[in-house]
Amino acid sequence: MSLYTIAINGQSRTVDVEPDTPLLWVLRDHLDLVGTKFGCGIGQCGACTIHLNGSPARACLTPISAVGSAAVTTIEGLSPDGSHPLQQAWCDLDVPQCGYCQAGQIMSAAALLRDNPRPTDSDIDIAMAGNLCRCGTYTRIRAGIHRAANQGGTR
Amino acid sequence: MNTEKSPSVLDRRSFLKLTAAGSGGLILALYLRSDGTVRASDSNAAAGPEGDFAPNLFVRIGQDGTVTIVAHKPEMGQGIRTALPMVLAEELDVAWESVRIEAALYDQAYGSQSAGGSRSTPTSYDPMRRLGATARAMLVEAAAQTWGVRAAELTTESGTVIHAASGRRAGYGELVARASTLPVPDANTIALKNPRDFRIIGTRQTGYQNPQVVTGQPLFGVDQKIPGMRYAVYQKSPVFGGRVRSANLEEIRRLPGVRDAFVLEGTDNLTGLMPGVAIVADSTWAAFSARRQLQVTWDEGAHASDNSAEFDRRAREIGARNTGEQNVRTEGDVDAALASAARTVEATYSYPFISHTNLEPQNCTAWVQGDRVEIWAPTQNPGAGAGLITSALGIPAANIKITITRSGGGFGRRLSGDYMVEAAAISERAGVPIKLTWDRTDDLQHDHFRPGGYHFLKGGVDASGRLVAWHNHFVTFAVNGRPGSGGSLDAGQFPARFVPHYRTVQSAIDCSIPMGPWRAPGNCAFGFVMQGFIDELAHVAGRDPYQFRLELLGDRDMVSDPPGAGRGGRGGGGYDASRARGVMTLAAERAGWGRQLPRGQGQGIAFHFSHQGYVAQVAEVTVSRSGELRVDRVVCAADVGRQIVNLSGAENQVEGSIVDGLGTALYQDLTLENGRIVQANLDAYPMIRMPMAPVRIETHFLTSDNDPTGLGEPVIPPVAAAVANAIFAATGKRLREFPFSKTDLSWS
Repeated sequence: MSLYTIAINGQSRTVDVEPDTPLLWVLRDHLDLVGTKFGCGIGQCGACTIHLNGSPARACLTPISAVGSAAVTTIEGLSPDGSHPLQQAWCDLDVPQCGYCQAGQIMSAAALLRDNPRPTDSDIDIAMAGNLCRCGTYTRIRAGIHRAANQGGTR
Repeated sequence: MNTEKSPSVLDRRSFLKLTAAGSGGLILALYLRSDGTVRASDSNAAAGPEGDFAPNLFVRIGQDGTVTIVAHKPEMGQGIRTALPMVLAEELDVAWESVRIEAALYDQAYGSQSAGGSRSTPTSYDPMRRLGATARAMLVEAAAQTWGVRAAELTTESGTVIHAASGRRAGYGELVARASTLPVPDANTIALKNPRDFRIIGTRQTGYQNPQVVTGQPLFGVDQKIPGMRYAVYQKSPVFGGRVRSANLEEIRRLPGVRDAFVLEGTDNLTGLMPGVAIVADSTWAAFSARRQLQVTWDEGAHASDNSAEFDRRAREIGARNTGEQNVRTEGDVDAALASAARTVEATYSYPFISHTNLEPQNCTAWVQGDRVEIWAPTQNPGAGAGLITSALGIPAANIKITITRSGGGFGRRLSGDYMVEAAAISERAGVPIKLTWDRTDDLQHDHFRPGGYHFLKGGVDASGRLVAWHNHFVTFAVNGRPGSGGSLDAGQFPARFVPHYRTVQSAIDCSIPMGPWRAPGNCAFGFVMQGFIDELAHVAGRDPYQFRLELLGDRDMVSDPPGAGRGGRGGGGYDASRARGVMTLAAERAGWGRQLPRGQGQGIAFHFSHQGYVAQVAEVTVSRSGELRVDRVVCAADVGRQIVNLSGAENQVEGSIVDGLGTALYQDLTLENGRIVQANLDAYPMIRMPMAPVRIETHFLTSDNDPTGLGEPVIPPVAAAVANAIFAATGKRLREFPFSKTDLSWS
């Protein structure tokens, strides 16, 4: 076990875990930030998507020992009150079905909009191809991203 | 809307006269008779705790006017915890925005809390209306008594009783004290709203927990955490039913963060508590890491040499015969009709075993204390887990408390309670509360799989292009002679009743693979088979696929069978050809059926009846010369009765079903080698991703004068056939096997 101090959602947090512990499980088991989801453990489903220094990353493939001083943002820290244009669009358009993948979808979409404030359908398909939605809400996710983009999705 | 999960419902039943839950299928047992009508509640039973007005288990109104509606069915993405409260709120006549939704605990007082078979809406729509209407009537009566006027002079609107003649108004909260003293009226005869006056039912409302979903709140089973909880994994035999001979438990117990490791003997029930090795640790990762060091020697049993390739060979051998182990339905003289037909077609359709692949892997938190257990589970069917816990661990039903968390997908997988009894057994042995988390490999390899199947088909058309003969030898899979869920072909399956010479026989290959209901069981594959082969027959008949189907349906309306002759899809009861024609016609019209398209583009049509819903779809595809498929558009017409409850949720189910049905057809495939599932994770078991989702999905609901029915399943069956038929139109390549990804679609 080793002590790691990491910057999560603007706060400094210290955990005592094995060096190979994926950030996913540090968040979920040790820091009670369970919005980041476990789906496959091999970076295939995207349910654990977070931001490291603003870029999307798979928390299940990111060992705690590799986080260092990078700023970690999770769905809980995307906005203080659920008011990010993507979160609003997801509610307005009733995007979720079961909702399990949606935190990861929103984190991938947020990174997309930061780089590309007015994405085309094709841009969206490419950026979101790493995030599975088992319920099949893809058409609403596309629409949600366009809606957020039209409402200043980059914040 | 405010939402809050409260464990208070169980505590409220002391004032309710409990009656034993009735036979299966009976819902809201406390309030309903077996014919579905609502039983009057006890007189003077309307006073809840804290001075609330609580005329039944499903609604409470506080003195401050707060309206709480209890959602008794599990939420797994189908939107039922939004839809059913909408129905009650409608008749209660309150503003939807004012309603607080509370998830019910598992309690037999609610009747069945299973959500499956697309049955929640058809079984609960009318009772929810009546439960809301009785509460409203009591509030109206309270106002009448307060004001000394007749109840008939009063109206309600958005949680307020109004006496128009005098201009008096009273919020429901002001009437709570008096209403609580009144007898509950007879729900069977209570006046219901005219649907023309609906203000909530039929509108577009968003999912009640969306705000928590998009901010990552702990809604799901795997998000639960209780004080003192430890983290468990459970290793079962890769060959189904295998028993533990030995395991390196001492070594595992010494690993970092590991608290305990032990063998559970388990039971013989392939879908219950199977034998295995449990590891209990301080964190999920400690448990996962220790598991990588686990070495188990298994007694693998009689099925350790089962292989998909051998199943395939045997199926083809069996299917070549005209007779099967079992006659499903025979009419006319099929052999003679085939011999005299103008044109005949023979084809084999097949599909593999597949997994449900809920994105939230199976998991359960359990705390056994003596002969009591508390469970937190993502389940579609808490009663299944409770039943297994009683039978495997001997814990009395009355001592099982279950919190039904939101589920990260259901699709039928969570109708089973295997992961719940595993968690309870591990907690019992470890003596601490534990959260059992399956990893993706557990979830893929220990599913209760959608059975694979083979259909050996022959069909004949006469000189005028009419379908006159149909033969199907269906080869399915069985455990100890019993076909798996969805592994039996029903005698009412279309085109039964519509072909003069019709024969379906069934045979089974024995296996030890656990099988279970997969979204639209049976029909999820039958739709592809029947509507694909009908398309082939239309082609040899030289007929337009849409016109050929319309003629096949004929001009009759309800086509019934003698009792017991077959239902034609779950919850059927005859085949309503007028509804099938209705959705076909609507889909064809809206899609612009029959447009001339260049080579490489095509339209395909299919329709199917299951789970009480009639659904038709037209797919439009583009296939590049190199064989890349794009589904440009799917136009769907669905008839699920006279009333859509929540338009947004309903359309979401249609859109999701189309993506799910397409993804399943394109990719999903499990293979068995030496009794083991080969695929271990999503890299080997691809799922549909956004770039392959249809570019456009258009949903049209056809209202018919039938009771409202469910939408979780009936949209699935036509998708694969509509797309396959469109691919044929585009390329001339006929797809007869799932997954489509096995077939080269290139053309020149």
